[in-house]
Amino acid sequence: MSAIIQTRNFNLFYGTFHALKDVNIDIPKNMITSMIGPSGCGKSTLLRAYNRMNDLLEDVSVNGEVIVDGKNVNDPGMDLVELRKKVGMVFQRPNPFPLSVAENVLFSVKIHRSAAPKEYGDIIEKSLKAVDLWDGLKDKLNTSALNLSLEQQQRLCIARLLPVKPDILLMDEPCSALDPIATGHIEELMHHLKANYTIVIVTHNMQQAARVSDYTAYLYLGNLIEYDLTKKIFTVPKDRRTEDYLSGKFG
Amino acid sequence: MQKSFSQKRLQEWIIERCIYMSGIASIIFVCLIFLFLAKEGFSLFKNISIFDFLLGQKWYPISTPPFFGILSLIVGSLYVTLGATVIAVPIGIASAVYISEVAPPRVREILKSGIEVLAAIPSVVLGFIGMMTLVPWVKNTFHLSTGLTAFSGALMLGFMAMPTIVSIAEDALNAVPKRYKEAALALGATRWQSIWRVILPAASSGIVAAVMLGIGRVIGETMAVMMITGNAARIPDNIFQPVRTLTATVAAEMGETVRGSDHYYSLFAIGIVLFIITFCINLIADFAVHRKAK
Ligand SMILES: Nc1ncnc2c1ncn2[C@@H]1O[C@H](COP(=O)(O)OP(=O)(O)O)[C@@H](O)[C@H]1O
Ligand SMILES: [Mg+2]
Repeated sequence: MSAIIQTRNFNLFYGTFHALKDVNIDIPKNMITSMIGPSGCGKSTLLRAYNRMNDLLEDVSVNGEVIVDGKNVNDPGMDLVELRKKVGMVFQRPNPFPLSVAENVLFSVKIHRSAAPKEYGDIIEKSLKAVDLWDGLKDKLNTSALNLSLEQQQRLCIARLLPVKPDILLMDEPCSALDPIATGHIEELMHHLKANYTIVIVTHNMQQAARVSDYTAYLYLGNLIEYDLTKKIFTVPKDRRTEDYLSGKFG
Repeated sequence: MQKSFSQKRLQEWIIERCIYMSGIASIIFVCLIFLFLAKEGFSLFKNISIFDFLLGQKWYPISTPPFFGILSLIVGSLYVTLGATVIAVPIGIASAVYISEVAPPRVREILKSGIEVLAAIPSVVLGFIGMMTLVPWVKNTFHLSTGLTAFSGALMLGFMAMPTIVSIAEDALNAVPKRYKEAALALGATRWQSIWRVILPAASSGIVAAVMLGIGRVIGETMAVMMITGNAARIPDNIFQPVRTLTATVAAEMGETVRGSDHYYSLFAIGIVLFIITFCINLIADFAVHRKAK
């Protein structure tokens, strides 16, 4: 397998709190990798290390390496704009901008000046089609994104990433604000997107990890306990702690 | 059991009445003030036409015959207010953005307390300081015969409106959910792009309110303008000439009028004009805020 993200002896500290401990994990290209583990074990922290969103917080320090597409993202010379164009992120709570549907999709195009205004229509259509919103919203492109249902908002947040042409989509519990039916729809969408994108999804829902992902990583208290094919993790886990978690003994 | 229940009911009833009465009282006071203002102000128009009052260029209230034209006062207020707005709004909003989005936490705390101190300085004190420092500076820098000009007043009032604008705009910016900013940055926006394209638009109704309150403060301000604008009741050719504002006129002349004279009534009529101007500004602000909220 070819790894698009390599994490080497990676440590992250919030002040003095050691949140990630010597994590080593290779994320394969064009696959869905899920991260599971009890709340507070460091899943979101690891995900945010991949697009350096932890930079927004004060007092975060790291050592070790995170290599995305051959480049160490923590290099002082790393271009954050380029990194975040390559690595898109979907958040736990849908967070469309308080702008129109069209403006949400065009946001990245406008800030990066990546297309001429005459292409805007095509971009909106293509992006919304990719997340199955086009038929429902093509007549409502000018309504505020805040008027959409939560599921539509989350889809829009995914659609908003696509014009940037990212290689990697990071999803931090993208379904936790959604009902089971909407969750099913988003999972289906992830299957479609897999052909073109590498997806890393954090979830506290083990069934979801089993359903959608090719690889699964189990984290516990900042340590990567086990990482393997999802099939293997869920049938023959090597570590007792993984087994205990999956069988519901704690978590 | 039964007793405590009815006791509670009584308590509720009393509290409700009290709140109701205070609400009614504030409305009654406003109405009374307006009625008084209207009664005294409109008495002027028995002797002088509204047209002569609003568009007359001569304000000689104690000459014989007297002239009660307030056009020069309106223009004076306009010069000072517009000038102050042009100065205070961009700087105020920029400071608010700096404090809420850019400054490191320590600097932010220092600046916020600084702004509060600024807001607490009485306007007489500011006017006095302005008279001692700003007025000579304006005179020398622009080679004028006097530093008591509309420009000095605009600078001074801009400075006075700043704390209002900064603190309210800053609150509005802070109230923008952090997740919008996160979303923008995660899409590769720079900090500046996320401020300009997401945070400012999301906070726009609060910022409009801040600007309007700032302008309200400028229009209503009296002491400082009286001290540094020169108080010449004539229409200025440019902003570097002395002007006299509506508020300064009322404050300066109310003490020397004879109750019931035309001069006395004319000052109340000026009050009505001020009232209408402020009312319109509030209306515009309301309109802007609500249209945005829709
Ligand atoms: N900004 C922060 N400051 C300090 N500690 C934090 C911060 N964010 C997260 N943590 C801590 O780091 C640990 C991992 O958090 P997180 O990655 O959010 O867990 P998960 O996503 O697996 O629930 C938790 O113990 C949490 O309390
Ligand atoms: Mg989390």
